[in-house]
Amino acid sequence: MGSRWGVNLMRVAVLGVVTAWTIFPIYYMVTLAITPWGDLFRPVYFVQHPTLDNFKFVLFQESPFVKYFWRWLGNSLLVSAAVMVAVLAVAAMGSYALGRIRFGLGRYVSGMTLFTYIIPASFLSIPFFKIMGDYDLLDTYWALIFAMTTFAAPYALWVLWDYAKTIPNEIDESAAIDGAGPLAIFFRIYLPLITPTLIAVGTYAFFFAWNEYLYAVLLLQGEKMITLPVGMGNFLTSDDAPWNLLMALSVIYSIPPVIFYYIFRRYLTHGLVSGAVQGT
Amino acid sequence: MANGLVSANPRGLIGRSVTAAAGILSPRSRNMQGLLFSLPLIVLFLAFVVYPLYFEVTQALDRYTYEVLFNDPIYVQTIVNTVIYVGIAVNVKLFLALLLSGVLDDDSRSTRFLSAIFLLPWAIPVLPGILSVRWMMSSQWGILNLISEDLGLGTHHWLASRWTALTALIIFHIWKYLPFWTVIILAARRGIPRQLYEAGAIDGANTFQTFRYISFPLLAGIYLICSLLSMVFTMGDFTNVWLMTGGAPGDSTHVLATLAYRYTFRLGKIDWGVGVFATALPVTLLFIFILIRKIK
Repeated sequence: MGSRWGVNLMRVAVLGVVTAWTIFPIYYMVTLAITPWGDLFRPVYFVQHPTLDNFKFVLFQESPFVKYFWRWLGNSLLVSAAVMVAVLAVAAMGSYALGRIRFGLGRYVSGMTLFTYIIPASFLSIPFFKIMGDYDLLDTYWALIFAMTTFAAPYALWVLWDYAKTIPNEIDESAAIDGAGPLAIFFRIYLPLITPTLIAVGTYAFFFAWNEYLYAVLLLQGEKMITLPVGMGNFLTSDDAPWNLLMALSVIYSIPPVIFYYIFRRYLTHGLVSGAVQGT
Repeated sequence: MANGLVSANPRGLIGRSVTAAAGILSPRSRNMQGLLFSLPLIVLFLAFVVYPLYFEVTQALDRYTYEVLFNDPIYVQTIVNTVIYVGIAVNVKLFLALLLSGVLDDDSRSTRFLSAIFLLPWAIPVLPGILSVRWMMSSQWGILNLISEDLGLGTHHWLASRWTALTALIIFHIWKYLPFWTVIILAARRGIPRQLYEAGAIDGANTFQTFRYISFPLLAGIYLICSLLSMVFTMGDFTNVWLMTGGAPGDSTHVLATLAYRYTFRLGKIDWGVGVFATALPVTLLFIFILIRKIK
């Protein structure tokens, strides 16, 4: 019984340490976001004169560092929405092919998506940059949308495919008896059936693009062309960067993905790896 | 031929679809349909994965690449950094994930609540997290020096020395990615039949023995896959390193991707930039193929 008590005590200690470890950088981020200019260069444990001015400066673009805030936000939204639509189209079609048509060459297609998922995107970044230069697509959103669609599609496909496998075959069969071809089955039967998963997967693609830094910084240059994370990264090139503004911007930038990750976390921790879990 | 004939008359068309659904459709037309639906995927793969890789492979086959890179001490140091970063960060992280998933493997409300809290670093985009930690370590205004001073340890220039900067990178990596892998391993743990634990308890197994003889053998396969996968992902890390240290001090903390960026954009040597990845390609592809074999 004594050892049982010891184990419980250890559990509580571990959970306490992990909670503090998890929260601390986030606490610090929020603390800085509500720190007024005057206090920024005096480190403290607790903010002394909390203020929402930094958020106001960001939202009304009242500092040269954030003078394009709304433009950057718009760029991020535009790219993310385009990637979402493209990924949904590509992955819905691919999952139909793999999960419903079940063709012999399918294993090569799935191997291909697995390869794309695993290879680090950065390994392809410099040649990608060169290729986009050759096609005159640098500093356009097309380049970033292509890249993000390519790298977000595999996971989206795998989640949809997993779901597609669970739909009973009889549904397709009875539609086929009624004379529906593959396209009709895809649009009228398959898509409506997978709509809930499409919503999850689409939001995943949206935030995949929203979070991207490397490809965005490689492919977009103009001050008005860049997305939010690139704009935030550019703060660092200046020695007198207003870190309180940067952290207010960070909070604004983080809220949408955090909400999404919590709503859809079941889908996001599913897929490739847990497929492997079930396999082993 | 037969298909052409059959689809020429409407009744035959219906008959064909029925057999398609029943799985009697000829493998060839099934392949055609499948490939048509996979076409966008295949085009993206060829244009943006195979074609860039082709560039790298040609670069990797060129002796010049190795002569240039291996004569640059920064390149050699970068390889060392990458091995240290990937080797330590990923393995410590996954070992912690293995332990933490054990602590979180119960259904009480408090544990469920804490599990949700622990997911925060994963849900927050990578940028805000790095920026927060970076300012934390600012030598003049960061909170880390305040804590260090209050503990009587004096102040330090955390990011101004190679080893503390690399340590900071490793710690940040663990902070950011531990939650995701904990959830993955936790899911695997939940798949272990409860009867095994009950049987162990009846035999008087203690916590360590339960882990050693029940959980660990059943988790070893997934643990290996997670390690390999996370190592490959981390080999390509750019954002964390670029925004935390930017390679500083004195280009001593670069990893593969940040060095490639430096060669390409700071020095204008795009073929060196491609070369950095090209030289890492053999090891990476080996890992990837092992993984694909294990996962499929």
